[in-house]
Amino acid sequence: MLESYLGAGLMLLLAIGIAVGMVVMTSFLGPKRQFADKMEPFECGESPIVSPHQRFSVKFYLVAVLFVLFDIEAVFFFPWAILFKQLGIFGFVEMLLFILILGVGLLYVWKRGGLDWE
Amino acid sequence: MIDNTIEFLEPYTYLIIGSIKALVIAGALMGVVPGLVWLERRLMGRFQVRLGPNRVGPFGLGQPISDSIKLLFKESIIQSSADKFLFHLAPAIVVFTSIVAFAVIPFGEPITIFGQKIGLLVADVNIGLLFVFAISGMGIYGIVLAGFSSNNKYSLMGGLRSSAQMISYELTLGLAAVSVIAITGSLSLTDMVKGQEVIPNILIQPLAFLLFFTAGVAETNRAPFDLPEAEQELVAGFHTEYSGMKFAMFFMGEYINMVTMSALITLLFLGGWNAYGLPLWPILAFAGKVAVLLCVFIWLRSTYPRIRYDRLMTFGWKFLLPLSLFNLLVTSVFVVL
Repeated sequence: MLESYLGAGLMLLLAIGIAVGMVVMTSFLGPKRQFADKMEPFECGESPIVSPHQRFSVKFYLVAVLFVLFDIEAVFFFPWAILFKQLGIFGFVEMLLFILILGVGLLYVWKRGGLDWE
Repeated sequence: MIDNTIEFLEPYTYLIIGSIKALVIAGALMGVVPGLVWLERRLMGRFQVRLGPNRVGPFGLGQPISDSIKLLFKESIIQSSADKFLFHLAPAIVVFTSIVAFAVIPFGEPITIFGQKIGLLVADVNIGLLFVFAISGMGIYGIVLAGFSSNNKYSLMGGLRSSAQMISYELTLGLAAVSVIAITGSLSLTDMVKGQEVIPNILIQPLAFLLFFTAGVAETNRAPFDLPEAEQELVAGFHTEYSGMKFAMFFMGEYINMVTMSALITLLFLGGWNAYGLPLWPILAFAGKVAVLLCVFIWLRSTYPRIRYDRLMTFGWKFLLPLSLFNLLVTSVFVVL
């Protein structure tokens, strides 16, 4: 059982090697000609005045919270889907209720305007 | 002598075979990327009634190779106010996750070499689909960190947009996959292909296929959902500040993700390596289906304009998500009857 993850582990090491190797390689190869103007952040030719790290729209936060809610509920579907045929009518009714609750939740967020992007 | 060697190596067979497979597949993935870039540029050229790259080598095949050599020897600029560590880490995460996610993608029946049964995939885990979702979900960190560490308004916006877009479409991706799992009753990608020996899932689950494909295009940040790197408004978004090979690494990640997504769609919906009566080797059937899907990805890019950000989000949450729940409901009714 666990040995099937050996391949995944090997691939993991290899991928780390490739990714780190490429970053290291590009840092060593290539010229290094630095001057102050070149090292400024890109701002369409202007010098940046304010820091970019300011407050951003709360919508992004809201989407993240909604995602956590719905994704955790979606995760419950996976074990159910595997055992669906064995569970038969019982599993079906249980999941019907679950989808209903999920749907009501979605409808609530929808009506409250949580999904609108103005 | 040889017998002794084989006997000595016996406990390590699994390790050796695994290493060889990992090396071959990682190498193939790295090799596929320039080919795919070439294919995209050629096809885009044809779609836009121009020639595309045709000067370097036959059919311009040398173009991607010379491009990658050029990028490797370009200066890699790190702007002075950037967070150095995260700035280096971000492209590495993108490449890393895209390669690892491919480890569980099977592309053929197990073959037998020297009495050893060798599965045509790196890691035959029984939760293959979850593994792909988990690892490719991690790829988003690379993009967000790239946007964050660049210390640039456009990059930050691109990174934020990307994170919101990817998590929104991941829901649809997962729910569309659940209806296929309900039919197959397994998370193993090999089992899914075995379940489609008679008819491919696309005929049973056409809606799930469309949902999965749309969400897949959005997950890989491809046009028309390439909002994070919208050139006109965000001047390339999260990779504005990147140059040289680190810039190329984001594209490598994107193209490998495209291949993984196409392979996943092939396995879940198009019957994997089943050729359905066509005289094709299983591997060729699989590769052919993946190639067709990749061409569709490119075709989409030259057909559709980029959609607006608010429409992208409302499309994901108000259309795709309810539709995938509905599809799951209908599927469960049919499976239980």
